[in-house]
Amino acid sequence: MFENLSERLSGVFDRLTKQGALSEDDVKTALREVRVALLEADVSLPVARDFVKAVQEKATGQAVTKSVTPGQQVVKIVHDELKHVLQGDNEEPGELKIDNPPAPILMVGLQGSGKTTTTGKLAKRLTDKNGKRVLMASLDIYRPAAMQQLAVLGQQIGVDTLPIVPGETAVQIAKRAKQQATLGGYDVYMLDTAGRLQIDEVLMKEVEDVRDAVNPRETLLVVDGLTGQVAVEVAEEFDGKIGISGVVLTRMDGDGRGGAALSMRAVTGKPIKFVGLGEKMDALETFEPDRIAGRILGMGDIVALVEKA
Amino acid sequence: APSEVKRVLDDDMLESLEELLITSDMGVDTALRVTANIAEGRFGKKLSSREIKELLAGEVARIMEPVARPLPLYPSKPQVVLVVGVNGSGKTTTIGKLASQFRSAGKNVVIAAGDTFRAAAVEQLQVWGERAGVPVMTAPEGSDPASLAFDAMTRAEAEGADLLMIDTAGRLQNRQDLMEELAKIVRVIRKKDPEAPHNTLLVLDATTGQNAISQVETFQKLADVSGLVMTKLDGTAKGGILVSLADKFGLPIHAIGVGEQIDDLAPFDPEEFAAALTGLDK
Ligand SMILES: Nc1nc2c(ncn2[C@@H]2O[C@H](COP(=O)(O)OP(=O)(O)OP(=O)(O)O)[C@@H](O)[C@H]2O)c(=O)[nH]1
Ligand SMILES: Nc1nc2c(ncn2[C@@H]2O[C@H](COP(=O)(O)OP(=O)(O)OP(=O)(O)O)[C@@H](O)[C@H]2O)c(=O)[nH]1
Ligand SMILES: [Mg+2]
Ligand SMILES: [Mg+2]
Repeated sequence: MFENLSERLSGVFDRLTKQGALSEDDVKTALREVRVALLEADVSLPVARDFVKAVQEKATGQAVTKSVTPGQQVVKIVHDELKHVLQGDNEEPGELKIDNPPAPILMVGLQGSGKTTTTGKLAKRLTDKNGKRVLMASLDIYRPAAMQQLAVLGQQIGVDTLPIVPGETAVQIAKRAKQQATLGGYDVYMLDTAGRLQIDEVLMKEVEDVRDAVNPRETLLVVDGLTGQVAVEVAEEFDGKIGISGVVLTRMDGDGRGGAALSMRAVTGKPIKFVGLGEKMDALETFEPDRIAGRILGMGDIVALVEKA
Repeated sequence: APSEVKRVLDDDMLESLEELLITSDMGVDTALRVTANIAEGRFGKKLSSREIKELLAGEVARIMEPVARPLPLYPSKPQVVLVVGVNGSGKTTTIGKLASQFRSAGKNVVIAAGDTFRAAAVEQLQVWGERAGVPVMTAPEGSDPASLAFDAMTRAEAEGADLLMIDTAGRLQNRQDLMEELAKIVRVIRKKDPEAPHNTLLVLDATTGQNAISQVETFQKLADVSGLVMTKLDGTAKGGILVSLADKFGLPIHAIGVGEQIDDLAPFDPEEFAAALTGLDK
């Protein structure tokens, strides 16, 4: 359905037969197409704008390798920059700070983004891969059967959940989880929270109180990979109010282009740690900047082509 | 007042209007078209920022007017309403809200908990059934949703229910196996009543970007979508993708979700939508 970036660019560069260095005008023309491609991939406008500016500076004057077209060359430059932003510096995707047992992990995000499912997936991963003893607790006192949902997942994956006590506040549940994790000798306790809008002052305050009660080692923002332009605002508000340590992108098993990844990363500077690739409890992978970069641009082969040239 | 200051409608201004629309998730092409439409015959004219926003909002409202239609009611007994969509879009919650509205309108409603897959999906819907005062038919976790749909048809017919609402598990439109499961639900329902489902509602999340287009395309192809509901418009996402969708598919928009409570379902109002999208205060 989407025209990919290399198709767009080949149209632009067909007119330019001259090889050599990329002129400022060539680059400008190409970057107009890059901007559109990013926006179609749901990269937020201000992020797309900054990104294009950064690429403009890098690309102008670069020599075009003989065996590739200027269009392919620009795609490669864009891809590398995208990968660079997504990757950040010296980060280990998939690593969680879980020293000092019991280490609290707080899961936050908008309604329906995938927090509860991701809580289960991470708990399973920590158990199976890292050999940790994990306790999960649902602080969602609002949505019907939200607590039960986590309890069922816990049974499925063989991870303990904090017993449900009706009538408690989110902070009370968090404190009880901490206590039980300490007494029960757990390595990690995970706090799944109710979905909330970033503009909901009451609920944002609630999760701030939870944070203050347990001092999470990790606070993960769980974001739907299909998110559009609002990604920037969601990331800024959650990070600004609660302080996040990383992002998990869900529903990347869909055919969305995943531009939210770039938006989130660019505005918060926080690493994208994992991607959700399905509803099953093992459908979680560590984030791979390379793959997401190719996906945002709607291409993959070009980069390999240019690298070989 | 600053809004009195008039500016020339030039390329720069058009570009900033396009960008305003793009940030609502309208998509580049549609945003270009909408701004081109308002520029026609006005290029080079001086306009205040209020005038410009009014023009923009007017254009958006004009596109949306034909698709703003409430869920149609039919004399069939039961009228079958199938609710579909990707994961977490708000299907179950919307069923609860709709059931409550129909119930208040004096309709006899039955709900079928067709999400036999997700953890505690049935329990979630049962709570909504209680809130709405509507019975919920369930099947064991992992059982075939099509056979539940069939049983629910039988029961709704026997009880003379006015409406049968069927919840389904969330599924991404690129999952062929799950889309086939949905097509099977539709086939089984049609064995009971060839006209059913009378309405197939696709529930879209307002925070979704351009992928909503692919969602509508595929769900329409495989499940004969008859109308849309957009949820989570109480957040800051503007749902601009609805403008592209109206343009491309022309499917009616029956209602919008504006919160998590039972009454947080409103009719789709093109003018309000356009005003919110363009930042025009009324
Ligand atoms: N396809 C797919 N579905 C997912 C993924 N992660 C979560 N889901 C589904 O998305 C839906 C919502 O997931 P939840 O974990 O309940 O989301 P939540 O953020 O806890 O929702 P609330 O608590 O209601 O705010 C469920 O149907 C999940 O099965 C994923 O990576 N891929
Ligand atoms: N703010 C807001 N939240 C909503 C709205 N509609 C639904 N939600 C919330 O979104 C989350 C997901 O809603 P569900 O009704 O469980 O979505 P679903 O499509 O049935 O999800 P799955 O069955 O897991 O695919 C829940 O936390 C709901 O409370 C709305 O209009 N506004
Ligand atoms: Mg949850
Ligand atoms: Mg549901």
